[in-house]
Amino acid sequence: MRISTDTLRLAVPVVSLLLLLAGVFYLQPRAMSYTGLNLLFNLAVPIALATIAQMLIMAVNDLDLSMGTFVSFVACVAATYLHDTPLLGAAILLAAIAAYAVMGVIIYLRDLPSIVVTLGMSFVWAGLAVLILPAPGGTAPEWARAAMISKPPLMPMAIVASAVLAVFAHLLIMRSSFGVLIRGVGGNQRSVLRAGWPIVAARAGAYALAATFAVAAGICLVGLTTSADANIALRYTLLSIAGVILGGGEFTGGRISPIGAVIGALTLTLAGSFLSFLRISPDWQIGAQGAILIIVLALRLLLNRLESKGDMA
Amino acid sequence: MKALLAKPWIWSFIAALSVWLATIAVTRGASTVGLSQAALTFAAFSVLVGIGQMFVITLGPGNIDLSVPATMTLAGTVTLKYMDGQNGLILQGLGIAIMVGVSVGVLNYALIKALRIPPIIATLSMSFIVQSAAIWTNRGLRIKPPQVLADFTTLTSFGIPNIALIALLISILAWVLLHRTPYGRWIAAIGQSLPAARMAGIAVDGCRFVTYLLCAVLAAICGYLLACFSGGAALNMGTEYLLMSIAVVVIGGTAVAGGDSNVPGIWGASLFMFLVVSMLNTYGLGAGVRLIMTGVIIITVILLASGRKAGAR
Repeated sequence: MRISTDTLRLAVPVVSLLLLLAGVFYLQPRAMSYTGLNLLFNLAVPIALATIAQMLIMAVNDLDLSMGTFVSFVACVAATYLHDTPLLGAAILLAAIAAYAVMGVIIYLRDLPSIVVTLGMSFVWAGLAVLILPAPGGTAPEWARAAMISKPPLMPMAIVASAVLAVFAHLLIMRSSFGVLIRGVGGNQRSVLRAGWPIVAARAGAYALAATFAVAAGICLVGLTTSADANIALRYTLLSIAGVILGGGEFTGGRISPIGAVIGALTLTLAGSFLSFLRISPDWQIGAQGAILIIVLALRLLLNRLESKGDMA
Repeated sequence: MKALLAKPWIWSFIAALSVWLATIAVTRGASTVGLSQAALTFAAFSVLVGIGQMFVITLGPGNIDLSVPATMTLAGTVTLKYMDGQNGLILQGLGIAIMVGVSVGVLNYALIKALRIPPIIATLSMSFIVQSAAIWTNRGLRIKPPQVLADFTTLTSFGIPNIALIALLISILAWVLLHRTPYGRWIAAIGQSLPAARMAGIAVDGCRFVTYLLCAVLAAICGYLLACFSGGAALNMGTEYLLMSIAVVVIGGTAVAGGDSNVPGIWGASLFMFLVVSMLNTYGLGAGVRLIMTGVIIITVILLASGRKAGAR
């Protein structure tokens, strides 16, 4: 039986996640429970949402360096306006999504480097977040809090949410005509344009959808932490990029995998827990995380080699 | 005049000059010398890392070195620990800084080449490991730099800060390397089209290796100087230089897509980035507004600069 390329692409993230999980269970058998799993993957939900957002931007060959500050901004809005005056909060978040769409259009129309524009925007979001919440604080909306601490039967919330997100994003991006259009823009923009598709709308859509996922990430994060801070999610920028790549996505060519991205985000989260179970000296915690990233990518290279050998046979 | 306006770097200088004028207009000429000297000093550090980053960005899409801040920190801590405040060990310290840069550069390229990891992710993983090494060496240390070196980095000759003179010297070398040597042509060719460069018989791997090496070494030297300038190494001393090194390159007129680089623009952009912050400080604005203004100004500059290019085409 021939294994399709897409399946093989997904195999590496899945295998690395399972290996890490096996490692964690071996070191700490008590993690193998409802509560244990929930604790392990709790923080993965917002990271997975941010990773899907970054993936949408990368699908059109751009890169979003403002993801971390944007999620922090959303978290600040969610912990203040969305809690106190839900209507105003929702309006602010909708305006932020619209700003993302406008940003996507401007980047395309003026042929600007997305890296610089999003870099500039990262200062804007950070500034707005500081204005809204000069000191850490605020309160999470009750419904977000309730959703994040809910206990569905059989599987912990974190796993259910990740699975639902993976399936939903897969259907939205890999199975819909809008998703095909976005990936086509990333693959060969000119040919999509010649085929008569509206590139501006596709790019605006991709950016708006990305912002929507990022907004969800911010709200989930506040639901978990109960309060917010202007710097709460700064590391999400790099985490989300690493998650997409770990999940088998690429920087160019519209080659992305939503399921892989979610698994990539889970792997990154789990790597942190794995290291703390290993009792590595805190000095080397970050370094070991880098090493895990490298090992997973080496694994991917190995499988890619197998894949190309299979083609030759 | 027309030829001057057509240069891609002129806009960053115009922007820097107008911000400078806007600042001294408010201070009514007071502390003009102090402001200019501070601008030159801080710009010099951005120029040093910016030049390295520029060479890397020239290599084409996806080529960005994210390990710059970690390399700076590691070089700063290791050299200060080695010199231990003794004036006799200054040159050896510089040698060690260069060695740190060489090792990080070699490891970076080893990951990119051997594991075929995208450079952004390879340097990101590497930066985690390097940062851990810095944390490990830094452990509660607070060593003062050798007095002679501390004086040298903070003083001026002929009214110009010594650091700025060093950066100027390195910029001239970089300009010669870029425009008057085969190496410069080669990396531009690689940035324009890697397959074409390979077909033309350019030693693509060698060139890319040297480029990553150069970037890491410049970052290490910058870390060495910065640690002496600020009277000691700190674990977060490199943080702001991650985005700064990318921003000054792109605002300075180097093509983000690679293949077209530009040394003078880095100076204009570095001065501009420092002066914007000090202008907003002078106006006495709060942190939030200052961040928003910085972002808006970055986006405005990139909009103006790209508008010119589109018109010229």
